[in-house]
Amino acid sequence: MVANASRALRRRRALRGRIALGLSAAATLFAVFWLFWILGATLYYGASALTPRLFTQMTPPPGSPGGLLNALYGSLLMVVIGTAIGTPVGVMAGTWLAEYARRRWLAETIRFINDILLSAPSIIIGLFVYALVVRQSGHFSGYAGAVALALILLPVVVRTTDETLRLVPMTLREAALALGAPRWRMITLVIWPAARTGITTGILLAVARISGETAPLLFTALNNQFWTANPAHPMANVPVVIFQFALSPYEDWHALAWAGALVIAVFVLCVSVGARRLIRTRA
Amino acid sequence: MPAFAGMTSRSAVSATLAFARRPRLDLADRGFQAAAGGAALLVLVLLLAIAASMFYGGLPAFRAFGLHFLYGTEWNPVAKQFAAGVAIYGTLVSSLIAMLIAVPVSFGIAVFLTEVAPAWLRGPVAAAIELLAGIPSIIFGMWGLFVFVPIMADHVEPWLNDHLGPIPGIGALFSGPPLGIGMLTAGIILAIMVIPFISSVMRDVFTLVPPQLREAAFAVGATRWEVVRKVVLPFTSTAVIGGIFLGLGRALGETMAVTFVLGNAHDLSVSLLMPGNTISAAIANEFTEADSPLYVSSLIALGFLLFVITFIVLCAGKLLLIRAVRQGGR
Repeated sequence: MVANASRALRRRRALRGRIALGLSAAATLFAVFWLFWILGATLYYGASALTPRLFTQMTPPPGSPGGLLNALYGSLLMVVIGTAIGTPVGVMAGTWLAEYARRRWLAETIRFINDILLSAPSIIIGLFVYALVVRQSGHFSGYAGAVALALILLPVVVRTTDETLRLVPMTLREAALALGAPRWRMITLVIWPAARTGITTGILLAVARISGETAPLLFTALNNQFWTANPAHPMANVPVVIFQFALSPYEDWHALAWAGALVIAVFVLCVSVGARRLIRTRA
Repeated sequence: MPAFAGMTSRSAVSATLAFARRPRLDLADRGFQAAAGGAALLVLVLLLAIAASMFYGGLPAFRAFGLHFLYGTEWNPVAKQFAAGVAIYGTLVSSLIAMLIAVPVSFGIAVFLTEVAPAWLRGPVAAAIELLAGIPSIIFGMWGLFVFVPIMADHVEPWLNDHLGPIPGIGALFSGPPLGIGMLTAGIILAIMVIPFISSVMRDVFTLVPPQLREAAFAVGATRWEVVRKVVLPFTSTAVIGGIFLGLGRALGETMAVTFVLGNAHDLSVSLLMPGNTISAAIANEFTEADSPLYVSSLIALGFLLFVITFIVLCAGKLLLIRAVRQGGR
């Protein structure tokens, strides 16, 4: 009797466990399913709209053929300028956190605030840069877009630099200082090179993130139907063109939006996968 | 340095120290430190500046509408009457739907990756989930509008109409025309977007559980699920809640994906199948078209509210995680 009851109990517990763990596998399949669906759809619709014209012609008015050349150029330029502004500031800030911050509460506060900025809604960064740059200068511009992207890149670089530098062994610092190097030489000649892979990974991940950002560009870089090489003017960029074209009623604009989505997705995923591979091969 | 070759080690050290103490180099050292400190302070200043500029920009709207701005439901650019009620409601409801889906799924993924999956499968599955986090939100939006919305409109929402609509109470949530766009669609897409963030926090903290605890539970005969349910989850509950808050913070502020599938309607409706609005979608849709200073100010005031809401949620999440790590992963 007792043996029977305990066997039934054990069977029930085992069954419940198998159901729960089965559900966890189902949850994982569920997430992976969406990944393949989204990437698959982007590839399918994007590839069928992919033509050489995409890289040689400007964004067209509805009904005529065209490409995304001005948008691709604008995106590239703004990402490059944004990275050029954000990276030095981010690396220096991360360096201060890891190397100089003696007052611990201040460093902890900055780390905390930085983590908040990391997840802060990017549309708010767009509004902020609108107030800071667009309103002051009186017009939308590629520079404003680049500043918005720099502000999104910044916290990612600060965090990865800080984390990587703190992994550098203390003995390296002691060795450099013992040779008589002043602190800034110790950091630039010994610590940064030792942490190079980690810092590069952080920068690449940040570049991947800002390359697909749309919200902060909507009211900073705006958009531009025509070719501009000058970032002082409003600039076309792929994410905002996708947004505008996808919400339009025109079939050929939809096709271009898909092609743009494919280009962005391939670029972003290649950069972020490359960055992760970089750190994995080292570790 | 050949000059030091013949010196004793002590004089070499003092020579180096003298070299290091030369004022010109000292200046460079101080300059470098100041530059680094300035960059770090900039992070702090940035957050304050964002808060201040949002508040300042929204001030005319707060002045004009007072507290009514927070709960009123009218949004009429022609009559210049603005209130945030509908957008706040939409932001909270779409994020709530997202969390209802994302939390159990993320928990399942974390359990699968730490307990169930064979070692060879863990790397690729974790990489796939990470990849999902890397997809730009504009692509979620496009896919949502062109691929997912038609499926919702043709298959899912008519089914919900027929099967859940007649139920008294919750039926009201699922009645209405099957347009495809609306709160439910936005919530589902938001859920997919935040699953990677929540599941990665959960997975990380699950691996922090001391192996002795798990082994002790196994030793007294617990099944694997019982170990998760009664040892791992209670031990990590603070951090798990922190991770959920971080995911919620992301969902509240997400812009592009919801803008595509929400329909930008400033009407309050109980049904989850009706078009609605969120704070971020309203700003994205209307900011460049806002034609009066009060309209612009109202949109910036919405931005300020979003900033405050996400700031509180993210702070709570972060503080919970910090506390959990201090207590050793608890």
